[in-house]
Amino acid sequence: MVQYVQARLDASFAALSDATRRGVLEQLGRSDASITDLAEKFDMTLTGMRKHVGVLEQAGLVTTEKIGRVRTCTLGARRLEEETAWLERYRQLWDSRFDELDKVVEELKRKEKIDGRKKRE
Amino acid sequence: MDARRESEPTPMKNLTTVERKSERELVVTRTFNGSARIVFEAWTKPELFKRWWAPKSTGVSLLSCEMDVRTGGKYRLVFGHGASKPMEFFGKYIEVIPHSRLVWTNEESDDGAVTTLTFEEKGGKTLLVLHELYPSKEALDAAGTGAAEVLGETFAQLDELLVTLGESLGRS
Repeated sequence: MVQYVQARLDASFAALSDATRRGVLEQLGRSDASITDLAEKFDMTLTGMRKHVGVLEQAGLVTTEKIGRVRTCTLGARRLEEETAWLERYRQLWDSRFDELDKVVEELKRKEKIDGRKKRE
Repeated sequence: MDARRESEPTPMKNLTTVERKSERELVVTRTFNGSARIVFEAWTKPELFKRWWAPKSTGVSLLSCEMDVRTGGKYRLVFGHGASKPMEFFGKYIEVIPHSRLVWTNEESDDGAVTTLTFEEKGGKTLLVLHELYPSKEALDAAGTGAAEVLGETFAQLDELLVTLGESLGRS
């Protein structure tokens, strides 16, 4: 899970290292847009824009959906990543509980040792 | 008190794993540095259970905890969360094998899981395996969303941060 988060951060920062891609995110923050719209807006070829959107999609910053012949781009994470994030949050809940349980277990162990010693005396 | 004991190194933190085994099943595991008897006790004595079930980071507190740990016995947990209405969780124990196995139902909603908890002792340590079987995929999804609400949307916040960062860099 740690590797997963690391990989995702790397992908996110790599995606953000390009001025056009940052512009695309800003644009999508205002409203959804098709690849064609974005290509026009940024004065680029469709192939070039497709590549940029692909990088943003890989980083989980943009979702695309093809309806008919138009591919629409939306700001946001992919479903698969949401699912993984969900499990990670669940793990964090149990992890923080179990950290507290560790303390209780340690205390009971100490108590047992002391009680055992008293019995032997 | 024994001064020597205080200088003992703190044992390394054990890892908690969570895995979705199927659409309806979730498995949580963790090893504890203590006997199965001790870990079982911490799960089944209300005064001990209260001390760890609702850690501060969750923002909820366990207001009351009743447990009749025997086959057919019932339990009831009441949580407080700020000023909102207390939440109740209850059900009954289907199977109780001291220091080894606990199975209980979660009956506060129709979407409640059946939870099986096993304690496996090996070399003074105990592997705890918590298995939840939900009535449907949707019920498990909803339970996950609940945990997300409790802990805050860390990843959503990260996404927002990255987007904001992107916007401000884009302007310059």
